[in-house]
Amino acid sequence: MTNEMTNIVVEILPRFEGYVYPNEAGPHPLWGFLIVLYPYITGLVAGAFIMASLVRVFKVRELEPVYRLALLTALSFLLCATLPLLFHLGHPERSFEIMMTPHFSSPMAMFGFVYAWYLMAVLLLELWFDYRVDLVAWSKTTPGFKGILYRLFTVGVTDESEPAVRLDMKLGRILSIVGIPSAFLLHGYVGFIFGSIKANPWWGNVLMPIIFILSAIVSGIALCVFNYMVLTWIRHHTVDMRCLDVMGMFLFYALVVDAAVEGLDWIHRVYSAEEGFAVMQYMAREKLFYTLNIGQAAVGTLSPLILLGSLQLFRGKVPELVRRRMYFASAVMILIGVLAMRWNVVIGGQLFSKSLRGVMGYKLEFAGVEGWFMGLILLSLPFVILTVLVKLFLSERLPTSGQVPQRSSAT
Amino acid sequence: MRQRVTRRHVFGRIGVAIAGLLTTAAARSVKAAVQKVFVSASAPKDYDATRHKWLMCIDINRCIGCGLCAEACKKENHVPEGPCFRTWIERYIIPKPKPGSGQTRGEALVDSPNGGMHGFPESPVAKEEIEQSFFVPKLCNLCHHSPCTQVCPVGATFDAPDGAVLIDPKYCIGCGFCIQACPYGCRFLNPLTKTAEKCTLCYHRITRGLKPACVEVCPTQARIFGDLKNPAQDDPLRKFYETNRVQVLKPHLGTEPRVLYAGMDKEVR
Repeated sequence: MTNEMTNIVVEILPRFEGYVYPNEAGPHPLWGFLIVLYPYITGLVAGAFIMASLVRVFKVRELEPVYRLALLTALSFLLCATLPLLFHLGHPERSFEIMMTPHFSSPMAMFGFVYAWYLMAVLLLELWFDYRVDLVAWSKTTPGFKGILYRLFTVGVTDESEPAVRLDMKLGRILSIVGIPSAFLLHGYVGFIFGSIKANPWWGNVLMPIIFILSAIVSGIALCVFNYMVLTWIRHHTVDMRCLDVMGMFLFYALVVDAAVEGLDWIHRVYSAEEGFAVMQYMAREKLFYTLNIGQAAVGTLSPLILLGSLQLFRGKVPELVRRRMYFASAVMILIGVLAMRWNVVIGGQLFSKSLRGVMGYKLEFAGVEGWFMGLILLSLPFVILTVLVKLFLSERLPTSGQVPQRSSAT
Repeated sequence: MRQRVTRRHVFGRIGVAIAGLLTTAAARSVKAAVQKVFVSASAPKDYDATRHKWLMCIDINRCIGCGLCAEACKKENHVPEGPCFRTWIERYIIPKPKPGSGQTRGEALVDSPNGGMHGFPESPVAKEEIEQSFFVPKLCNLCHHSPCTQVCPVGATFDAPDGAVLIDPKYCIGCGFCIQACPYGCRFLNPLTKTAEKCTLCYHRITRGLKPACVEVCPTQARIFGDLKNPAQDDPLRKFYETNRVQVLKPHLGTEPRVLYAGMDKEVR
């Protein structure tokens, strides 16, 4: 790798060390920053949904204040999940062929169906059943455009009778139960896209889908913590500490499992030291030093583990303000860490040649479709959508933790 | 009186709409499958892909690294300039081990300046320090279990019955999944058409009874090409089999390449 004699492209584009196949010598990796965002956003969706399911399926009543926020978060991110993928395609106008003439042995082809199922059959329906009675009520009392919107969302079903409400609750719960494996499927499949590439020793790994699911859950809960705290801050409300503590607890345990499995993956790689290990070692030491060792391991995993872990042990002794700050800091660090993890997988897997004889460089540019500015826009878009959804659908007073939803008292 | 809208009505209608969409998808899938059977991919109309089985063999000992094959391929197939190659040549230089190093050989040096299109510069290792040096022509490995066709989300790339792995450029969505899945680095995204591209064995030529351009121009007959279903008299493929032990690239991946190499070294991958 350090030899002087390298592919001549080195002389033209000094972003290579060692030998890379001539077709790998393009100016950019094939899958750039957009493809980093794609599993990141999808993971946030899956994680936020799992968070919401804790309330409905596992009856964790302490999390009631964030139930609807989590679902709306999942929806706003899900609406943007396909955008990075779409923008990245060479022929986006042909993208509908993935649904129309799918190739069933391709994990990517299945995404269209899993996505459609998750959006239409799970998330939108669950939200609709949860909101239906409210929508009917709001459509009667709200004037103007907002009222018309609420009326549209009722799709003409205005039955407010007790059996109808009971059925809504029941169907909502069933959908929540169906939604958990669906969320796993949605994100596990994203992991499989990478895990199934045997040509690439960085990706081709049976643990990849599991790692993706676990990190998705962690990032989704962290996003809910972040959103909840920001929302209460904007609304000048006080944070429900019981809810936050329980979220912190789930975040901690999810992170422990995630860190354990990711650690296992690395131990296995180091111990078995199969073909390509030397180049991976080089990547971890050089090319991905900051994003892997600092971003993913130190900032995204170890620091929040220490913060959240210490809160599990000494929660009673830590004042509320400090606790809030610790939770917020942990959430932000986890969100950064998981983004770094997606970067390490997607970009890391393309920074070495499949000849295992050389490495490439990558500099994230500002402009262009694969630039960081575009990435920033795509990452901001779900938050813009979420703001609109919150304004439309999230009442000023969030339910308090432990509160049983009023409609369920009708059952 | 106006009929009351119930959930059942609403979901009934949504169900009908989804069923309609799925029917469209199924109909288009059937159409695509039929198209695939009859896809000509620049072959003449009377060409019957089921009556041929093309095979490429490479005799590494014969390759002199002149680069004519890579150049001919670029011209014949209008491959764009830059890092886009349907075929290329790699040069391997294995130095003698350093005295006292306890190694059998030095660290291999590999290069492929511009795909070897215009030959190779002088070796940076002095002649007397070289243990072995050889050239390896590379192209699509015509895998029997091709990972690239497996992962294509729309089925734009497919295994033709005659052994060629082809791409329908009018169908490819340019996602790059096949490029990631190819273990041999044989695919690239054409910067002009924004679709995936690779060696087709010069399908427009072989289906008209000609040899691929790279085989045609090779001055040393290092590339041996033939039809297993229609062996000619004194077929070079048969002679190649009789006189050589053959190997494939990255056999551990189970792709079962149908490009066979004679005289390959362990350094080649």
